[in-house]
Amino acid sequence: MAVKNYFDPENLKKFGNITEFQEEMGKKFFEYYNTVFEEGALTQREKSLIALAVAHTVQCPYCIDAYSKGCLEKGADEEQMMEAVHVAAAIRSGASLVNGVQMMNHVKDISM
Amino acid sequence: MGVKQRSKSLHSRADKLSTGFYQLNVLNGKELVDDKFERFTSKIEQLGHKELRPDKVEIFQINIGKLCNQTCAHCHVDAGPDRKEENMNRAHLEKCLEIIREYDIPKVDITGGAPEMNPNFRWFVEECANDGRLVMNRCNLTIIMANKKYHDLPEFFAKNKVQVISSLPYFTKSRTDGQRGDGVFEDSIKALQKLNEVGYGKEGTGLILDLVYNPSGAFLPASQVSLEKEFKNQLERRYQIVFNSLYAITNLPISRFLEYLLESDNYESYMQSLVDAYNPSTVDGLMCRNTISVSWDGYIYDCDFNQMLDLKVAAPVQHIDDFDMEKLNDRAIVLNQHCYGCTAGAGSSCGGEISNT
Ligand code: SF4
Ligand code: SF4
Repeated sequence: MAVKNYFDPENLKKFGNITEFQEEMGKKFFEYYNTVFEEGALTQREKSLIALAVAHTVQCPYCIDAYSKGCLEKGADEEQMMEAVHVAAAIRSGASLVNGVQMMNHVKDISM
Repeated sequence: MGVKQRSKSLHSRADKLSTGFYQLNVLNGKELVDDKFERFTSKIEQLGHKELRPDKVEIFQINIGKLCNQTCAHCHVDAGPDRKEENMNRAHLEKCLEIIREYDIPKVDITGGAPEMNPNFRWFVEECANDGRLVMNRCNLTIIMANKKYHDLPEFFAKNKVQVISSLPYFTKSRTDGQRGDGVFEDSIKALQKLNEVGYGKEGTGLILDLVYNPSGAFLPASQVSLEKEFKNQLERRYQIVFNSLYAITNLPISRFLEYLLESDNYESYMQSLVDAYNPSTVDGLMCRNTISVSWDGYIYDCDFNQMLDLKVAAPVQHIDDFDMEKLNDRAIVLNQHCYGCTAGAGSSCGGEISNT
């Protein structure tokens, strides 16, 4: 059947199927992914909050779905989750604004 | 400030879900069970058990009544201030005492409702404690603040060395009140501080205060160890509260939590999460294997959840008036689809996680 939607929440459940077209790399990716999200120097909850923030930065609806639930399941609450999204937003806007200095330098270089 | 009720009980709304029969119908809905969710009993059979049998009874759990000062959204007992009829009477409690003594059962787990609202509560606790039993009381915390007559409960618990086990879904107001009703968080914090004042949760006092975390929504709980660490840090930092252990408990898809799942259209995906997270290593530690659960009217069940579904023990004796341990021990535990809630992830029991594998 032809694909009709660019985003289908059901696709998230089929993520594992990416090994169908490239088994070795797919398997290695999932192994790596699972290791990354194990409890380590950072707790699983902290990692989930970082993942949620990054998901908003890369604007991936699958990741946002997955880590909205994931953060709750790891014991975070909506306040912490929204703060994480603000961190992502702050870095995004900061990254734009800091380049304003570059713009200012250029303007000053060529202005009287 | 007191507690504002979230709603009324299913029972007082005469909702179909107030009957075990209707809940079991939902849980066994043909289209889902046959196609998507394998029967729980066949999972157990795959482990080589034809049936699940109990071990020695270590915990005598009594649901002393459905009366409660709260109406939490997830309550599997369908408790509330409107459940005035269903409270265990003195004669039944006396019978329970007789059984506990005769079979030398070491632990008595009192639950409800808010157990403290039963007029026989204090007498019963004292009898058990004087007899050397460990009394565990599932206290919803806010009851301590609800009325002057309950303000001395912390001292009463301390005097009888009661192990206090209390629900606190989160260390913030929004997630706590969202599940349990407006004002619950504030009163719970005050009650915890009062319990700490008499020595609960403090090293060297021997007074145990455990907290229960259960998710405020259609998701599974985090790892108990990590949540305990987080709760300890946050409660101490924000409110100078200390406690002993935290139990992470999964919400079973029954009663008011089932109502929430159905109304929010989360039933299927929640069941799927439970089935996907099935962990066979939890089966040996299921609480139905060492606990017996008695209802306010004296009937006997494998656990508090089966009690709410009206699934009585599959034994020739089903009431405390005819109690016979030998006959009871020779039974198969009654299992159904809700049991997936006990075997998901690290497993779940009244004492929290079951397995760490
Ligand atoms: S969950 Fe506990 S405190 Fe809440 S209504 Fe039920 S019995 Fe009462
Ligand atoms: S609900 Fe849990 S404790 Fe009760 S019978 Fe099923 S597995 Fe056992």
